[in-house]
Amino acid sequence: MILIVDLCYRENSLGFEEFVLPIQRIVERCGFSSREIHYSCIRSEIGRSEAVVLCGTPLADNQFLVDIRQFSWLPAFPVPVLGICAGMEVLTLVHGGRLDTCLEIGMTPVRVSGEDPLLGGTGEFPVYELHGFGCHVPEGFRVLAESDQCVQVIRHKVRPQWGVMFHPEVRNEWVVQRFLSLLSPAKGG
Amino acid sequence: MKLGVLCSGGKDSLYACGMALRREEVACLISIRSGNEESYMFHTPNIPFVRLQAEAAGLPLVEAFTEGKEEEELRDLSSALDQARDRYGIEGVVTGAIQSVYQATRVQRVAQELGLWCFNPLWHTDQGEYLRSLWRQSYQVLVAGVFSAPFDASWLGRRIDPETIGLLEQYVERYRITLSGEGGEYETFVTDAPYFSKRIEVLEYATEYRNYRGVFSIRKARLVEK
Repeated sequence: MILIVDLCYRENSLGFEEFVLPIQRIVERCGFSSREIHYSCIRSEIGRSEAVVLCGTPLADNQFLVDIRQFSWLPAFPVPVLGICAGMEVLTLVHGGRLDTCLEIGMTPVRVSGEDPLLGGTGEFPVYELHGFGCHVPEGFRVLAESDQCVQVIRHKVRPQWGVMFHPEVRNEWVVQRFLSLLSPAKGG
Repeated sequence: MKLGVLCSGGKDSLYACGMALRREEVACLISIRSGNEESYMFHTPNIPFVRLQAEAAGLPLVEAFTEGKEEEELRDLSSALDQARDRYGIEGVVTGAIQSVYQATRVQRVAQELGLWCFNPLWHTDQGEYLRSLWRQSYQVLVAGVFSAPFDASWLGRRIDPETIGLLEQYVERYRITLSGEGGEYETFVTDAPYFSKRIEVLEYATEYRNYRGVFSIRKARLVEK
């Protein structure tokens, strides 16, 4: 079961359909079951999940930063984690990194700068951005891709934890598919 | 949170409005009438009748006009949202964008500049499931314009129902249209929604059709009991 975490400002907000359901559809199309849960409701579910995806939020929604202590379970979490946009910001903060203002809206080219199974290969590809912050990479992470303005993809050097600043559910579903294929090559598609 | 819904009169904006009503507070509809027939953002033939939709939904309407020149459209959108904020205290805007990065990006930028939230509740939805859900939830949707092959004149004024959805799905396979019509292949007008207290009855209309392009223009309509 893949735990898909809603980072929007409250449970059942209007952001759920826009930021959580598109990820859930990709996960299901890849043959995995999923459970969607708001970050404020996470209790024992995390122990039963194969992997966790932390979803994005509306551009104006930064409540998850106020509630950052609710993600204290994350740094030592044993199963793979993919943090998308707001999710990458959370990963950065819980690992001791920091955020700076960095606004990107719309399609932007991203350059792959580090080899890793998540992105595979190198080169440049266009991505959909919707964020107001950029991440200063925390200690223990390395950079896998960048845009002209900020770091776009990071991964922990030891733990299977990745952050992507762009929204892979828009025109880059393959990033989520590759993340899932790393869990179980037989299932991932 | 008080929201304004950008409303073209078509199914996507009115379904998005229905979703917003379930999760947040909708304070008004906002319609923008474009003088440019080629506008990717705002052109739609029956926009004057959004007034009836707003009345049926019991929501105030903020109406704005744009000449439809590409960058002026954004200034006009910004001023309409600003007006909605002044009059109805909106904190955010809702659109019916499904996959159009072009539309979503432009509205996101304007909202961000104004300090408004922006929601696209149909974003990357399953389009077949969405169309069937319109039918299941008793939205009455008619085809108000066709702009690509293989749509013939019989589509003008046709209702979106399970048979129509089946045909549209075949067209997706054969002609590569987008199922929801968001690529501009067809446009719609909503005459009833689950949150309307009355439905819209079309009393007079005119159709024009030539070479896979046609419009169903409502000339006269009124609200009647459901």
